[in-house]
Amino acid sequence: MKSKEGTVYKQSRKGRQGFSINDRAVADKNISDYLPKDLIRTNKARLPELSEFDVVRHYTRLSQQNFAIDTNFYPLGSCTMKYNPRINEETSSYDGFANTHPWQYQHTVQGNLKLMYELGESLKTITGMAGVTLQPAAGAHGEFTGLLCIRAFLENQGNPRKKVIIPDSAHGTNPSSAKLCGYDIVKIPTGPEGIMDVAAVAKVMDEDVAALMVTNPSTLGIFEKNIKEIADLVHDKGGFVYCDGANMNAVMGNVVVADLGVDCLHFNLHKTFTTPHGGGGPGSGPIVVSELLEPFLPKPVIKKTNEGRYVAEFDRPQSIGRVRAFFGNFGMLVRAYTYIRELGPEGIKQVSDMAVLNANYIRARLKDHYSLAFEAPSMHEVVFSDKSLKGTKVKTLDVAKRLLEFGMHAPTIYFPITVSGALMIEPTETENKETLDEFCETMIQIAKEAKESPEKLTEAPQNTFRSRLNEVKAVREPVLREQW
Amino acid sequence: MSLNPEELRYTKEHEWVHLQGETARIGITEYAAEQLGDVVHVELPEQNAEFEQGEAFGSVESVKSVSDVYLPLTGRVTEVNATLADNPGIINEDPYGEGWIVNLQLKDPSKLEGLMSHDDYQKFLSEEA
Repeated sequence: MKSKEGTVYKQSRKGRQGFSINDRAVADKNISDYLPKDLIRTNKARLPELSEFDVVRHYTRLSQQNFAIDTNFYPLGSCTMKYNPRINEETSSYDGFANTHPWQYQHTVQGNLKLMYELGESLKTITGMAGVTLQPAAGAHGEFTGLLCIRAFLENQGNPRKKVIIPDSAHGTNPSSAKLCGYDIVKIPTGPEGIMDVAAVAKVMDEDVAALMVTNPSTLGIFEKNIKEIADLVHDKGGFVYCDGANMNAVMGNVVVADLGVDCLHFNLHKTFTTPHGGGGPGSGPIVVSELLEPFLPKPVIKKTNEGRYVAEFDRPQSIGRVRAFFGNFGMLVRAYTYIRELGPEGIKQVSDMAVLNANYIRARLKDHYSLAFEAPSMHEVVFSDKSLKGTKVKTLDVAKRLLEFGMHAPTIYFPITVSGALMIEPTETENKETLDEFCETMIQIAKEAKESPEKLTEAPQNTFRSRLNEVKAVREPVLREQW
Repeated sequence: MSLNPEELRYTKEHEWVHLQGETARIGITEYAAEQLGDVVHVELPEQNAEFEQGEAFGSVESVKSVSDVYLPLTGRVTEVNATLADNPGIINEDPYGEGWIVNLQLKDPSKLEGLMSHDDYQKFLSEEA
């Protein structure tokens, strides 16, 4: 069904309204008796006028145009679009969580403090790290916070250093965060196996380097098997290893990142721990740190006293300060805690196992129809290049657009930028075999069409609410304002 | 008028250089333009800005991605192609002509010899693919 839905402004008709006010009990007052003249508008606000029924239909129809994890398969690589259990919504709406205020006295919100403490302990256990803060509001915010802690530690030693090493397959947020912390970026190339090359790190590692940022598994969905050796190189020169934990969904329960030499890591609760994202948000990006960095964490830090009380500790002289108002996105913390407690240690491990199994199932079924970017084993996602499309009339973008016609969200495309025409597929552990099969069969059909009837791809999508968009025109001649 | 690609010098980052006296004209290659797809925005440097060889002096944005453009040789910007602000698509249409990006006063024109010839660049491209 094509969308012809106009905005509420377009649908507005003068005098049409959803309610009427009769028999007011309070007498009319003159607004100029209450407000100074310059604050009173002289022209009428142009508000849309619609009946209640029109409004209900309009927004219901709009909601049906959403593509959502709750309706369709969503293999958007790197984003971990997994099912968000409904129990999370129930617990986070409990009165004690939803209707408390961050300015309440600590003794009146012991339950909330306990939840934050327990969640922090869980995240420390999962990673083997010594300290935690739940404040950062998203992954990139966590990166920034972690690097600030590293910088604070180095400054405290007398030299903040100048550079941060980042592999070329990293999320773009890594160099952004490092730059915001005042560091220059040293980019190192991915080796032929799709992972960081020890020699490449050794070549650029010196005593001007504050940190190396690594994503493990990498954005190519490959485990950085040389991580320990690389971490040793970095530590030998007094640097820190920052791990982007965006892909923890592949390793939690199986790998203790502290053992790999990681000094600081952020989680994306909205990816790994089933808090809503992709329009639902807000995000949450707690970080865990090693003992060395712990004194520099943002304050307050939630502690448990010997008497079993929970306190927000503000007396932390070396802290970098606050990075977020109050205690972070608390509602998300409740959801993530619910998820962790629902699963327990065994369940957490099973999540990783299933995420890896599902990605590898897709890899095995599609590898003869699309070109694998790297031969190295896949973890939670699999990346194909556009090599198999060379010589056809279609590009990666067209494959993605055609998928939409089958009611499936496109994978991430053209990222990582180190892979030509990348197709990055992350099914997550919450999809069943039938869904994976349907996706694979569709992808195989599309690969065939690319050769035999390319126009099916290059003109797609046709059956969606919006058909093929002119992306060039949208950017070159944007329409940013509607006249009505 | 478009320049003859065979008479230009090239970098591995897919910029071309054309030297006339002490002034060098810089643009991106046809291959680069094709890889980027339709260019929708070009970020240009300030007039008289000075850059070192290999430094990013601007960026080219397509619907697909944003890519930095690196200066092939050390120099000072004497002129920027103002047409690109309103019509960035000329980079796709005429990368060696109307789609040039900046003119430079080179610090050391002899450094040009260090860049790839047309033949070298073609060879480099075939190895890339």
